[in-house]
Amino acid sequence: MSRVFVRGLGAVSPAGWGVPALRDILDKERPLPVQSLARPGWDKSLPVRAVPPPPVRPSFLAHPRLRRASPMTHYAVGAALEALGQDVELIRSGAQKLGIVACTLTGGISYSRRFYEEALQNPATASPMIFPETVFNSSASHLAAYLDSSSVNYTLVGDAGTFLQGLAVAAGWLESGFVGACLVIGAEEPDWTVSDALRLFDSRTVHASGAGALYLKSQPPSSTAVELAAISDAFAATRIPGRAEATRKMRAQLPIGSPDELLCVCERGDAVWSDWPGRVVAPREILGEAFAASAAWQCVAACDAIEHRRCSAANVSITGAGLQAIAARFVNPNFLNTQEATSP
Amino acid sequence: MLFPAPRFSNVAKSHRVVVTGAGIITAFGAGWKVNAAGFRSGRTAFRPVTLFDVSRQRCKIAAEVDLPDNLPPNRLSCGDLRRLQRAARLLLWAGHEAWSQCGWTGEDPVPLVLGTTSGEMCHGQDYLRQALRTPRCFKHQASRVTHYLVQQQGINLANALGLHGEVVNISNACASGANAIGHAWEMVRAGRSERVLTGGYDALCHLTFAGFDTLQVLAATPCRPFDAGRNGLTLGEGAAVLALEDSVSAQKRGAEILGEIIGYGATTDTHHLTQPQPEGIAALAAMRAACASAGVVPEQIDYVNAHGTATPQNDASETAAIQSWAGARAATLPVSSTKAGVGHLLGAAGAVEAVASLMALRGQWLPPETSLESPDPLCRFQIVRQPVDAKLNTALSNSFGFGGANASLIFRRWP
Repeated sequence: MSRVFVRGLGAVSPAGWGVPALRDILDKERPLPVQSLARPGWDKSLPVRAVPPPPVRPSFLAHPRLRRASPMTHYAVGAALEALGQDVELIRSGAQKLGIVACTLTGGISYSRRFYEEALQNPATASPMIFPETVFNSSASHLAAYLDSSSVNYTLVGDAGTFLQGLAVAAGWLESGFVGACLVIGAEEPDWTVSDALRLFDSRTVHASGAGALYLKSQPPSSTAVELAAISDAFAATRIPGRAEATRKMRAQLPIGSPDELLCVCERGDAVWSDWPGRVVAPREILGEAFAASAAWQCVAACDAIEHRRCSAANVSITGAGLQAIAARFVNPNFLNTQEATSP
Repeated sequence: MLFPAPRFSNVAKSHRVVVTGAGIITAFGAGWKVNAAGFRSGRTAFRPVTLFDVSRQRCKIAAEVDLPDNLPPNRLSCGDLRRLQRAARLLLWAGHEAWSQCGWTGEDPVPLVLGTTSGEMCHGQDYLRQALRTPRCFKHQASRVTHYLVQQQGINLANALGLHGEVVNISNACASGANAIGHAWEMVRAGRSERVLTGGYDALCHLTFAGFDTLQVLAATPCRPFDAGRNGLTLGEGAAVLALEDSVSAQKRGAEILGEIIGYGATTDTHHLTQPQPEGIAALAAMRAACASAGVVPEQIDYVNAHGTATPQNDASETAAIQSWAGARAATLPVSSTKAGVGHLLGAAGAVEAVASLMALRGQWLPPETSLESPDPLCRFQIVRQPVDAKLNTALSNSFGFGGANASLIFRRWP
């Protein structure tokens, strides 16, 4: 089995563009203010947490493939480039073969909604410019084009836990030698249809948008290493066996935790984590619900804390409003606890 | 654990991956037999669209499936069954056939790896229509949201068959089905799973139909891949599901083996979001990668099931790729596109064409394009035009999609 190290992190969130903005807002532990989004046919608006404009217009927006792209693509590329850092040039030169796994639940929903509205009015005049952007893999395709990367590229569609499945896919590619490095991205964009739909299930939930990215390689970095130690099975959290049982099975596959470890959860208060001995953060409570992007922020927060030596290991638990319970564990390999060191 | 993945055996070398079950539903009908007969004879299954209003569209035909009134035996509740729309029903038909054939039980976890472009878009369309037209009416909206989600169709199939295990949904446009099978193949080959249920599905829906129509890539008449006068693709719908299994496991339990998957290649064409690079460079790379993983050379490939959408650009690009890849072998290489019979099934295309390739290998015949009128003079390979028996040992199937998603799979006849 080959080892998998996190070599870069990226985040675009309602807190701003970049991992430092995410770190700062999570440290403050106060939910971000909510903005209003108009909903056609209603006097009232819907609550959202949107990504603020970047302080400086990103240069990637000048790329021909990105000018007309959806907001989700812009967020994904922003997070990806931050995670890749200086390796962007290695990839463009062909010296680094990069696999891309993009994860999303709603995809380019704003263009999908807009295109279908046009098609309902008159399908003969619906915009042919919009339709291609509605395809789930458009963001991953634009990113590959920007990086001039022709290697394997998957878009996984599913709930927040899909981001962790994406990490497992990437780990498999690295182990098989398909690619020398892999980028896993979770991205979502704002649209009133999503906020409207979320409200049907929980009126307290605030829809958010943005992206998060992890850059993975089999080789450790020269500085502080963050290693992907484990990803649990994905346990169905549907009617049978039920969410509580799925979460219990998921937790049973991970070490019990220690006081110097971090837990990144969707929401606090899940009984299965009630005995967690260390610090707990819940990015979704602060930033809002952004499905695959939320899961990516949880992972970014976990890895960032390890990298900055604020914890020796971190568990990420995804059990939110999704369809499955799944968890991941990241560690500083220099601080492996006895339990992990002796595990087979 | 998904990572580090436990190994089902201690064998260090790659595992051979065989197909022990295959289910299929297309406009030819439901099941292996009727589809094999359709592909073998070169039947076409296009007709005027009845599922939604196309009166204001340029194109008015597609390959619609006559969905049987009843569903195959399953474990879903009455409530779940009521909410199943077209895509989920197509998937269930194909999944049930594959599951029944392979003879697996649901005791051990069986991962489900599926490809689709739009999942249950009918629910999404209904949701938006109601939200726009009667914004204060929420009846059925929560259920539509739940069943619109792409993951839900896989969960429905798992629940219907009594499966438990990871559900992965790959949405790589028209290569989704092939990518799903390729990913599942890699899971078994690498020893991460002993068995995987995999495939693709997509149902015709208004949004997608209107989308392709606005791009002016739909033909007004049935599609004719690789024809000099081709003028666009024709959409279809359906599903195909394959039961992939480690060969040792399959032989140990005496399972009937339908064929073997020996190679997979996946690349990304960065040329344009919807148009392939004219020389087919990324497509060529996918075919070469598939051959490399299979340990075969083009001279060992007996048939190519082409992506062959019948758009001028796609077929020209694929023609260039096949000819570069095959070299001198191109002159005698049989090639056809089964889209000439059942249309372009988008996320299901790669899976349906995988099953068509297995049928050809198993039956020792070549699927013809009987609607071909005048072969494109640029094609130096042999386009199969009439039903013919042939000695086939290996077949390669191409799937190329929007976003430059390219995938090639190689199948081998099981002795």
